[in-house]
Parts: sequence; structure tokens; C-alpha cells
Amino acid sequence: MTTLIDVPEAEPGIVAPKSKSKAGGGLGRYIVIRFFLIIPTVFILVTLVFFLMRVIGDPITASQGGRLPPDVLAQRIHDAGYDRPVLVQYFEYLGQLITGNFGTTITDRRPVLEVLTTFGAATLELSINALIVALAVGIPFGLIAAQHRDKAPDALLRFFAILCYATPVFFSGLLLKLTFSVWLGWFPVAGRASTLTELTMSALAAPSGIYWLDALRSGNFTALGDIVSHAVLPAIALGLLTAGVFLRLVRTNVIGTLGKDYIEAGRSRGVSEFRLVTKHAYKPALIPIITVMGLQIALMLGGAILTETTFEWKGLGYQLVQYLNARDFVAVQGIVVLLAIIVAVTNFIVDIIAALIDPRVRY
Amino acid sequence: MSTPQLTRAKEPLFSRLPVISHLKKSVGLQRGMLIVGVVLSGIFLLTSIFAPLLAPYGYSQLSDDSGSFPTQEAPSAKHLLGTTVGGYDVLSRVVWGSQTAVTVIIVSVAMSLFLGVVLGLLSGYFGGWLDRILVVVADAIYAFPTLLLAIVISIVISRGQSSFWGGIFSCAFSITVVFVPQYFRVIRAETIRLKAEPFVESAKVLGASSVRIIGRHIFKNATRTLPLMFTLNASEAILTLAGLGFLGFGIEPTSAAEWGFDLNKALADTSSGIWWTGVFPGVAMVLTVLGLTLVGESINDLNDPRIRGRKRAGRTPVPGTPAGPELPANPAEAGKS
Repeated sequence: MTTLIDVPEAEPGIVAPKSKSKAGGGLGRYIVIRFFLIIPTVFILVTLVFFLMRVIGDPITASQGGRLPPDVLAQRIHDAGYDRPVLVQYFEYLGQLITGNFGTTITDRRPVLEVLTTFGAATLELSINALIVALAVGIPFGLIAAQHRDKAPDALLRFFAILCYATPVFFSGLLLKLTFSVWLGWFPVAGRASTLTELTMSALAAPSGIYWLDALRSGNFTALGDIVSHAVLPAIALGLLTAGVFLRLVRTNVIGTLGKDYIEAGRSRGVSEFRLVTKHAYKPALIPIITVMGLQIALMLGGAILTETTFEWKGLGYQLVQYLNARDFVAVQGIVVLLAIIVAVTNFIVDIIAALIDPRVRY
Repeated sequence: MSTPQLTRAKEPLFSRLPVISHLKKSVGLQRGMLIVGVVLSGIFLLTSIFAPLLAPYGYSQLSDDSGSFPTQEAPSAKHLLGTTVGGYDVLSRVVWGSQTAVTVIIVSVAMSLFLGVVLGLLSGYFGGWLDRILVVVADAIYAFPTLLLAIVISIVISRGQSSFWGGIFSCAFSITVVFVPQYFRVIRAETIRLKAEPFVESAKVLGASSVRIIGRHIFKNATRTLPLMFTLNASEAILTLAGLGFLGFGIEPTSAAEWGFDLNKALADTSSGIWWTGVFPGVAMVLTVLGLTLVGESINDLNDPRIRGRKRAGRTPVPGTPAGPELPANPAEAGKS
């Protein structure tokens, strides 16, 4: 084998640009700086969404226009304060946000924060399930692909990864439903749980809202089976989307570390190829995954909206689409802003974890 | 990094084109992936151009000389891929759908390319407060779920539903807003790197104006990653368009055929075992995105000397093959320091 030829060329790009980071500044300083970077991000998105949503007129005309007589409509607009200058409304809105008031929906008159607490758990559960699928598929397959680089298994797995990315969740969801629910009848067609289980779950004292966790805690195993059978297809549909990204990342990074000198040294001492991949090359390759996971959260939230609609999974995304169809733009704006904050905070947490693991990240 | 080759003879224009030059560089598996991608993308493009000839019926046609079309009919000789719940011919809608997709890709990528490149060049070259503001705004938009942003923009532009061009533009514009930050980051990072290069400094010393330096010296060098971004974004544009259509924010079925909209309608059919309304538009979409992604991925790998498969030792290497630019595995990462 002429593997030695490959070695001298390795990592031309890695060393130089990374050393650009400023010297000094410990982890604590990094966390503080990174924390304050959340504020402009959220502020810009809030501003953007607010003004975009006001371009199309006031929310009351949008949702009730045509259904109410003009004078009642005008009165309602005046009562809600939408006839004042936009800038006044904007600063009032900012003030409300700071006190945690995200507005009240027009169609069913609920505080947006309550919508989040009611439906957020379902979306969180879906995301966790999907992340489990993504990691369980992505990491082992990525390792296999890296070990068999440029051979048949690698070709097959890379193709699989691209296929995962190329298939929109609602199409993979449709195929899964068709195959496993309608034809084979293995799993239920839609929903989070059967009606009976949902009733049991809502009757629980202090529920976390994540069904399988609640079922486990209360030791209700028939409910747990029902919940899991409902969760399988949505989790696979959403998880495969991210699994492709993880697979590629693991593959690329493990191939990168496999070319390093310490691997060559291990190999020359007779460490088996399997052990080289699973023990030596695997861990350094995990760092980029954690970094990219932050970006995946935005992708997953977008995917969750589509998955929830496909499987009638009653979470935030499903609710958002309901409000969109009802033209309730106060609710839409509230949910979008809330999601923006969630994404920003999660990115912050992921960045901190990445900095804890890899000191080179700090700057 | 590599020693500058001052007098390398220029190859003919044809073999310097992005995809073709990559094809020559590739070997084995990578070449296969690239070829499959090019073929799939080619089929997609040809279908969209010749849609009027290929489709047996119009995209919103509900009847022909022998009467109105049956609804939810299984594939038959008259309707090769069956009909939908609304009575449309599935094959025709799949074929016409490619035209909608191509139009949206062209409009959105052209708009975001233009805006992203111009902003990236200006921001990277001049720096200062403009740069800082643009970077913060771009980062904020970049971190946000693309689909949510696209939904908000499409509400603003078309309030949900619209005619062919209205729908095309609202989709394309939503996609543009999402993509501009990506182009911006890459071009800005390249511009900052190039600004420090000796050839830019010598142009400054010679008294060239900023416009000339940006337009002539930086632009040409900073845009070499664009073919890669184009293919990756084209596939993302299709997915975003379909996502909007699936949620009911796309184009009305009477204005144009759109795969995402058809999939939304097909969702209700699945529970009664009707598969042809959903499977065919979905497969068309997957094959298209697959083709574009395979091309993009192959270009990415071939540009990266760490990943690129090398010709075996013993065979003579291709003369004049440059080491290739160092691209991070993910083009979006390039903007991060």
C-alpha cells in the first residue's frame, strides 16, 4: 500500500487560519461576550419581523376584514391601538417583549406565551426523538463510510446521505405513512398518541409535556407503547434529514484525522483498523459535530413545522400553520419571535459547549 | 501557498468552465457521482424547457375532447400517472412543475447572487461601520430557520396566494432574503483575504480607483466559489419552494404546477391508499435536488485537496492541475473566523 504518499499533503488549511484568534481572554470572558451577542441577533429579527408584518396593514383587518362591518372593525382597530404611528407601536411592542408579553392571539384570544407552553413540549419531544434517530444513524454510518473510504460501502452511504438531504421531510413522511401505516399497518397514521392515552397524559399531576417521559415516570407501560408507536415515523422522517448531515460530517472529519501522524504511528504499532477508527480517530472528529449541531437546530425547527403538519403532530409548528391559515398575524409574529429567541439561546449554549471541548474556538 | 505559475498557458475556455474542468480532474467514484448529477440536472433542465411538448395535457387542464378527467384515477393508458383529487393529470403536473422550479431557481439565485456579491464586496473591501452592521444583520438572518423567514416574506408579498408571476416572485424573494447572507459571508471573507494580497496593493500603488480594484482584481478572484454555492442553493431553493407550497403559501394550481402544493393535496389521499398523487411529484423533486446536490458536492470535494481522490501513483498526473483552493467542507462555514 502506498498510503505514505498521502500523508505529507494533509491539512494545509487547518493550522494557519485558526491561529488568527486573539491571544488572551479566558472561557469566562468568552461566555460573557457570546451572551451579549444574543441581544443584537434577537433585536434585529424582532425588528425585521415587526416591520415586515406591519407592511401588510394591521392584523385585525387581516384576520377579520370582510367579516365585520366597517365601523365595528374601525372600533376594534382603535381599541387595539393599531391606528397609532408604527414607530409608537414598535417601541410599545419592544417594551412588552422585555416584560415577557408576546401578545394575545386574535382568533382564540390566548397569550402567545401560553401557546408556547402548551405546544412547545410536543415540538421539543419531536426534536429530541429526531435527534436520537439522527445520531444513531449518522455517527455509525459515518464511521463505516470513513473506514471504507472510496470503496463500495462508502459510495453507498454517501449516496444515502445525499438522498436524506434531497428528500423533503413531508415527502419522506408521506412515503413512510404510505408504507408502514397504510399498507403494512404497523404504525398509526397520525397524531402523538391515541385519544385514551392523551386523556391519561393530561390527567397526570405536574406533567413535563413530553409524553414518553411522563409515561415512564408514572410507570404506565401500555401508554408508553402507544406513544412510542406514534413517535416512530415522525422521528424517522425528521431524523433522517439531519442524519445525512451528521453522516457526512463524521465521514469527512474521521478521514481527516485518519491521515494524521498519530494514527500512522498507532497503525505501525499494530493497532487494528477497527480500533483506530472507533477509538483514535473518532473523538477529535466529534468536535465539529457539536458545532454544527447549533446550525442544525434552525434546520430542525423548520423541518419540525413540516413534519408536524405531515403527521398532525400538535406542536408549535402545527399550531403556527393553523394561525397562518386563519390569518392571525399577531399569533404568527409572536411564535416567530419566540422561535427566534429559542434558536439564539440554543446557539449560545452550543457555542459554549463547543468552547468547553475545544479551546481553539475561544476568541 | 503554492508557488505562482506566471506563465501557464491558458487552456481553451470550454475546459476551464466550472463543471467541465472538475470532470477532468475527477477519478473513479467522484467522477461517477459528478456524471450522475450532471445527467439528472440535465434531464431536469430539458424537461422544463420542453414541458409544453412533453406534457400530455396542460397543468390546469380538467377535461379534453372526450369529457372531463376522472378524479383520483389510478395510472392508466390515458393518464399514465393517474389523476389527482381535483381531476388534474399527475404526469402533466409533474412535467410542468419542473418549469416552475427552474423559474424560481433562476430568479431567486440571480437576485441573491447580485445582492450578496455586491454587499459582500463592498463590506469586505471598505470595512468600517457598514461592514459591522451588515455582518450582524447577516448573522441574525443566517441563524434563523429559513422556512419561517420565507413564510413571513411570502405573507408580506402575496398574502399567501397569487398568480403565476406573483407566486414566483414571492417565493423567489423569500428565498433571496434567506440566501443573501450566505453569499455575503463567503464573498466578504474572500474579499478580506484578497485585500491583503500583493496584487491588490500594487494596483493601489499604481493609483487604480476603488471601483476598478473591486471590479477587476477582487471580483474575479472572489467569485471562484460561486459555482459550488449556486448548485447547493439551487437545490435549497427547490426545497424551500416546495415547503412553502406544502404549507399552502405557494402558487395556486390554476396559475402553475408546483410539486409542494401537489404533495400537500396528496397527503389526504394516502390514508385511502392512493399513492400516485404523492409519489410522482415527490420523486421528481427528490431526483432534481439529488442531481443538483451531487454536482455541488462533487465540485466541493474536487476543490478540496484533503478530500479529493488522487490518481494512483505510477499514472502520470495531469499537467498543470493546480492544487485547488482550500474550501471548508461547508461553504457557509467560510465566513466564520
